[in-house]
Amino acid sequence: MNAWLSQHRAALALAFRRLLASPLNTLLSLLVIGIALTLPAFGYVALDNLRDLGRNATGVQQISLFMSLEASKKDAAEIENRLRAAAAGQWRFVPRDEALKRMQASEGMAEIVASLPRNPLPDAFIVEPTNTEPEALEIMRKEIAGWPRVAHVQLDSAWVKRFDAFLRLGKLALWMLAGLFAAGLVAVTFNTIRLQVMAQSAEIEVARMIGATDGFIRRPFYYFGALQGALGGLLAAGLVVAALRLLAGPVGELAALYGGSFALQQPGGLAVAGLAALGAFLGWLGAQLSVSLSLRRFD
Amino acid sequence: MIEASNLTKRYPGGLEAVKDASFRIDGGQMVLITGHSGAGKTTLVKLISTIERPTSGSLVVNGQNLTALRRSALPHVRRHFGLVFQDQKLLFDRNALDNVLLPLQIAGLPHREAVRRAQAALDKVGLLAREKANPIALSGGEQQRLAIARAVVNRPTVLVADEPTGNLDAESATAILDIFADFHRVGVTVVVATHDQTWIERYHPNVLRLDHGRVVQ
Repeated sequence: MNAWLSQHRAALALAFRRLLASPLNTLLSLLVIGIALTLPAFGYVALDNLRDLGRNATGVQQISLFMSLEASKKDAAEIENRLRAAAAGQWRFVPRDEALKRMQASEGMAEIVASLPRNPLPDAFIVEPTNTEPEALEIMRKEIAGWPRVAHVQLDSAWVKRFDAFLRLGKLALWMLAGLFAAGLVAVTFNTIRLQVMAQSAEIEVARMIGATDGFIRRPFYYFGALQGALGGLLAAGLVVAALRLLAGPVGELAALYGGSFALQQPGGLAVAGLAALGAFLGWLGAQLSVSLSLRRFD
Repeated sequence: MIEASNLTKRYPGGLEAVKDASFRIDGGQMVLITGHSGAGKTTLVKLISTIERPTSGSLVVNGQNLTALRRSALPHVRRHFGLVFQDQKLLFDRNALDNVLLPLQIAGLPHREAVRRAQAALDKVGLLAREKANPIALSGGEQQRLAIARAVVNRPTVLVADEPTGNLDAESATAILDIFADFHRVGVTVVVATHDQTWIERYHPNVLRLDHGRVVQ
């Protein structure tokens, strides 16, 4: 176990030394990897922010529940109990008198309302569900529609569905882009490692003759690929954070112009670690492919 | 103990470098493999040290049939051999000490212990004072001694050398012969492929003479 650990430590140290041995090459490789990971990562964060923006936009996630005209206060209380039991989220009761007053206050409506023989508006509930997934909203709409004394349930589901479809399309395009860039990253690492194997051919030949296992020879290259990928991932995370910070001001101003407020979400520590891990995995994969092919000539 | 039976090595293209070689080398012996150029000395050394695998026949070292071993087991077997080449195969991107450390790193020794043993090996061949020198800065004889230090640092049971004095002047060659003799005296089996008749004159070793790949003596 100690020997195994000691060999891994030595391989990691060797990988670090090789990274530092040619700083310009390392920097250029990191830039290529960093930029290749930045584009899909930024796209992912942007779509995430867009989803939040869509879900938080006023009215999008609301369900309007209109009761029948004959519904009493007892019926309204019953609906409130059901909403509470269903843990539907937040809701607001709009009594029919209040709705009429609002209608009267609207420009040009006062005379029309005054001419009505009686209040034609029903009591209503405005529900803001906790779960704003389109499917969940549709299920809730159907459930509420079946409650007693509920005359009509309104959900702007078409808008939500269109928006969700747009997000799904965006995500698919993003995955395709990410796949392409991941292949590019693997290719960059593959080539870097291939050149390293060529440069280290004397050492590999000697090591094989004096009893080095495949693992001993391959390990430093794997660590190198993974390290380079992880550092590229961290660089990409840094670039995404910097871009979001630059955009935060203009996006906030734009949201204010529409009468709302919106702050771009920065990627958290977990997302940064995930990006570094993805880079490390792709780097390791490139190294694995390269070493497997390049070492054949030593067999 | 090394025992070969009908050992044959045929390279792609049909060249048979070693043909039906059968011999036995007892533990602690010093054996010279001699013969003209192209007689198969280097191939036989490579077969004994498992760098090459035979086309047919069997080779048993210390009771282990090397020809039946799986490829993945070979590295561990190779650690029982100390190899010295005519061209030394030293690594010029690191100093003398690091060259000698390599087999110990492969064996997974803790760094401190590895350094202690590498320095002891360098001391044995008279190069401790030059442990920080790059091999390129060493003379031909010193480079060969460094190669020997690397070969013996893992305390091999068999020391195998291919023309270790081939490129050296008489004085350096004598120093190398003495080092091999020292290891032989402490019980290490020494197998050397060489043209150099000085070995025979000085140490009267057992001789394995090859002619066109066949053992003739």
